[in-house]
Amino acid sequence: MISLAEIEKVAILARLLLTPAEAQTMTAQLGKVLEYMSLLNEVNTEHVEPLAHAVELTNVFREDGVTPSLDREEALANAPHRDDECYLVPAVLGEV
Amino acid sequence: MLLSQLTASDLLKQLQEKKIKAAELVSDALHQVDQCDRSVGAFLRVNRDSALAQAEEIDRRRARGEKLGKLAGLPVAVKDNLCTRGQPTTCASRMLERFVPPYDATVIARLKAADAIILGKTNLDEFAMGGSTETSALGRTRNPWDLNRIPGGSSGGAAACVAARMVPLSVGTDTGGSIRQPAALCGVTGLKPTYGRVSRFGLVAFASSLDQIGPLAQTAEDCALLLEVLAGHDPKDATSIDRPVPAYSETIREPLKGLRIGWVREHLGEGVSPDVAAAIEEAIKVFESFGAEVHEVELPHARYAVATYYIIACSEASSNLARYDGVHYGYRTDEKTMLADLAEERRSLQQAGKTDALDDLDSALVRMYRKTRAEGFGAEVKRRIMLGTYALSAGYYDAYYLKALKVRRLIRQDYDEAFRNVHLIVGPVTPTPAFGIGEKINDPLAMYLFDLFTVGTNLAGLPAISVPCGFSRDGMPIGLHLQAPPLEEERLLRAAYMFQQATDWHQRRPPLLDRQMAAS
Repeated sequence: MISLAEIEKVAILARLLLTPAEAQTMTAQLGKVLEYMSLLNEVNTEHVEPLAHAVELTNVFREDGVTPSLDREEALANAPHRDDECYLVPAVLGEV
Repeated sequence: MLLSQLTASDLLKQLQEKKIKAAELVSDALHQVDQCDRSVGAFLRVNRDSALAQAEEIDRRRARGEKLGKLAGLPVAVKDNLCTRGQPTTCASRMLERFVPPYDATVIARLKAADAIILGKTNLDEFAMGGSTETSALGRTRNPWDLNRIPGGSSGGAAACVAARMVPLSVGTDTGGSIRQPAALCGVTGLKPTYGRVSRFGLVAFASSLDQIGPLAQTAEDCALLLEVLAGHDPKDATSIDRPVPAYSETIREPLKGLRIGWVREHLGEGVSPDVAAAIEEAIKVFESFGAEVHEVELPHARYAVATYYIIACSEASSNLARYDGVHYGYRTDEKTMLADLAEERRSLQQAGKTDALDDLDSALVRMYRKTRAEGFGAEVKRRIMLGTYALSAGYYDAYYLKALKVRRLIRQDYDEAFRNVHLIVGPVTPTPAFGIGEKINDPLAMYLFDLFTVGTNLAGLPAISVPCGFSRDGMPIGLHLQAPPLEEERLLRAAYMFQQATDWHQRRPPLLDRQMAAS
């Protein structure tokens, strides 16, 4: 239903890192779940519009006004790595 | 008798008549937590000092004759996926173990404005993903009726703390049954409102088109009281419905006349335990005794609900949980180790002359994301992210996600059609009573199939309630599921109230409490 190679590809898309054992288990478990989901193939959905939301909404607008928002210190308070004014991340460019 | 054995409505009356003090009530609740939460494990955190201080302040304000909020002095438990300003909100995940929100969820702000006392935060399946509270990374919750069984989930802590009479009121969330299912398995009453009835602002998102916040309590009357405070339009949630909130706690005593209820053949057939089917049939007879007409209705696409639900919920989850990347808040992997490992991988690929693999090697930033997420999330969360990412990925989108959205419309249309003939649809909440801890944890599909009767409600955005309606032969609670058309919470509550006036299942208490009373 789903191959180990596909699982590894999806793990990259999902920004997950699976151990070889995890990837094996995931392949078996998701295979079983996906097989069950193929049940939907027996439903005729021709001419059926997709329903993304139970309450079908039109756009909700508000005034484009300035209101108070989080101050910088509050926004940074939970950051795992920061300086006085920014979030810090590993170098994006170049080799490590 | 312990105060916490009483219902919220009774306690509120006694508080208002100054027969009891909020401080006594909170002390009593804390005492009950001390007595039984070591074995039940409903709470992740208890706000001991602040709850007492708040209660004393409410008593002082009452003594001065000030006008107080609707829930003044009542202790309330809150599921730990609802943001509480200045207090950790973990979603029972390593990822958010140290996260302290800088704001309150709208429901928390409403509880505070109503002078409710937030006693603590309750355990859940990690990010509300699960049906047994076993996927919590931060603690084990047990069913107060049998400590070897699961309390249900994902609001397992929320249901268990009411069942063990630690608090009269509890707030949970329901994406596919997560209020109703643990309410059923723990023998309490739990209501999932219409999608949009309660603001989701500050609820840590799992599946945004399905998530809804709602009350759990001993009785429908108490659920009405709490829903009245939680519900209402909120400009901070664009999907919240701008309609007045009925006075649920006032209209609840009005009996429903000319009630027509519907039942679905498959809901009482194969896969449903005989004890559950018998309890539901008895419950239908109770409604007949009120003069209700009983009709069979059909939900032809109900058998596709689990597959549809898991495709949509996981797709939305994979997108919502992309935010946990170790940058803005939450867990981050140890950077030094991560960089050293990556350098080592690069060296060994260079030595082996594997240039293709070298080109594909993660950048430091991407590896930081991936390791953070690998270490911060548990197995079930990873499974759902993987499933959702797969369903949304190029080549599979139409076959899975789009297909599921189309079937979702058919499921909704089935309900619309059924509600042309009946006011309520009745059935079981779960196919069996609570199962044993560990029994299904390694079989995700079996766990998902346990949600068969509850996920359709969320896909269609309907309100529904779980009401205690009996016990299995081995003494485990069984829940009656009542589903109604959108915004008919009033009808659900009135029907549940009528049922609870005629039955006493909701008054039964776990043997744990009697043993405790005998010992003290």
